[in-house]
Amino acid sequence: MSRKSTATRQAVVTVAAWTIGFLIFFPILWTIILSFKSEGDAIKAPLDVLTSTWTMESYHEVQERSNYLKHFWNSVVLSLGSTLLALLIAIPAAWSMAFVPGKRTKDLLMWMLSTKMMPAVGVLVPMYLMFRDFGLLDTRIGLVVVLTLINLPIVVWMLYTYFKEIPGEILEAARMDGANLRSEILYILTPMAVPGIASTLLLNIILAWNEAFWTLQLTTSNAAPLTQFIASYSSPEGLFYAKLSAASTMAIAPILILGWFSQKQLVRGLTFGAVK
Amino acid sequence: MATEHSRTAARLMVSPAVILLFLWMIVPLGMTIYFSFLRYNLLMPGMESWTGFDNYYYFITQHAFWDALINTLLLVGGVLVITVVGGVALALLLDQPSKGQGIVRVMVIAPFFVMPTVSALVWKNMFMNPVNGMFAHIAKAFGLQPFDFLSHAPLASIILIVAWSWLPFATLILLTALQSLDREQMEAAEMDGASWLNRFIYLTVPHLTRSITVVVLIQSIFLLSVFAEILVTTNGGPGTASTNLPYLVYAQSLLNYDVGGGSAGGIIAVILANIVAIFLMRMIGKNLET
Repeated sequence: MSRKSTATRQAVVTVAAWTIGFLIFFPILWTIILSFKSEGDAIKAPLDVLTSTWTMESYHEVQERSNYLKHFWNSVVLSLGSTLLALLIAIPAAWSMAFVPGKRTKDLLMWMLSTKMMPAVGVLVPMYLMFRDFGLLDTRIGLVVVLTLINLPIVVWMLYTYFKEIPGEILEAARMDGANLRSEILYILTPMAVPGIASTLLLNIILAWNEAFWTLQLTTSNAAPLTQFIASYSSPEGLFYAKLSAASTMAIAPILILGWFSQKQLVRGLTFGAVK
Repeated sequence: MATEHSRTAARLMVSPAVILLFLWMIVPLGMTIYFSFLRYNLLMPGMESWTGFDNYYYFITQHAFWDALINTLLLVGGVLVITVVGGVALALLLDQPSKGQGIVRVMVIAPFFVMPTVSALVWKNMFMNPVNGMFAHIAKAFGLQPFDFLSHAPLASIILIVAWSWLPFATLILLTALQSLDREQMEAAEMDGASWLNRFIYLTVPHLTRSITVVVLIQSIFLLSVFAEILVTTNGGPGTASTNLPYLVYAQSLLNYDVGGGSAGGIIAVILANIVAIFLMRMIGKNLET
């Protein structure tokens, strides 16, 4: 292929890729734009929206109307709490399965994964009744436990695939050089395990932040995270596009930023290591 | 390296995860199975009685169940077709050298991080609303009658919303797979005069088969339990036009307080998901061997 046609080809690909990328991203972009408009302007035709004045008033109104900060904080507590708890349980498990594999390690891993296949709706009724009877409805502690359990298999799996890549020989080499157990863990294993643990943490926070079955079923207001907070906009009162946009922007912004950092880990984590 | 001592330690380290997951799987599921054999309504506490398979019989013979089953399959199938076909096309495009690839990737992946309630409400109001939505404005600009998406094509609209959320996932995985394709083999085929189409059919597609299977199976698991998108857009309506199995179970048990019937529905949903799961487990199990 000549250099000129390669350049033309690249230009065509670039235009096509940008156009499609823009179209896919557009709903998010439009939401962000509307969040900086007044309610009256937000329902106008698209071109009139763009030329109208910009304002922050929806952000103030959202906070006043429904206490955005409380729900934001709930989302933080739920996603971070459940992730840390899951890591605490999963790190020793994944560690021992990766470094001291037994005959049944593979079966154990597959069984853990199979618990993830159970559709939530299959256990909705007993979970709801148990939460009601133990006074856990609309509490953060109850939801942290549920979110920990539903994501635990993914966390174990991700950590396992990462730990598996740490070569066992390196430990033997260190031992030959006179390292004791303490320095082995401190100077060799921990630095090698940290990147895997960090990616697992990131992916799991994203999953927990966006979880929208149990958070909708088991919370109403006190422990309600942003998923439930946004759902309250499903029954509109008067003009609300700008407020909905502001609330949506605030709900997705933190996780969008985290998500962009974790693209690569996302593939690996969500395919249980089947695609790397 | 694995001594008796370290094996005992290993078992101790695994056991908390195993015990917790075991309890999580067995306790609520056992209760659902138990409830599914009871006549149990939350409005009549203390009146529970054993009914055998009645709940299953009534759940399956109601009209709404068959509607919900068909809707569930249409939703899963529709989203899968859109995301796999679109994902392959997008991955092929993004795999080509172009300017600003990083930024395009960031834009394409973004919808995946949007929580379901947000994406559903944004599409419902800002785009599909027949009066003030973007599509209505565009239709009016061309002198056309705006279309009321969620009343006249509720299931198709929900499929579109869910497909938008999952397209990035399929694209990202297929793109990752494409990037591991052997470039030299491609170039050799090109030198030997293989056309673009032939290279696509005989090299690219076989290379992607595995990843497509993974995408299909993993998405199926999530798509079988779509719930939030339906709750905030149509509430399953009009009628049962957009009710899927999870929504039907939710409506029966928590809106109609029929715990027995809802539990029977839940068990049916579990059985359905397990059929899909068996295939997925085999796939991943195979991968573990290598």
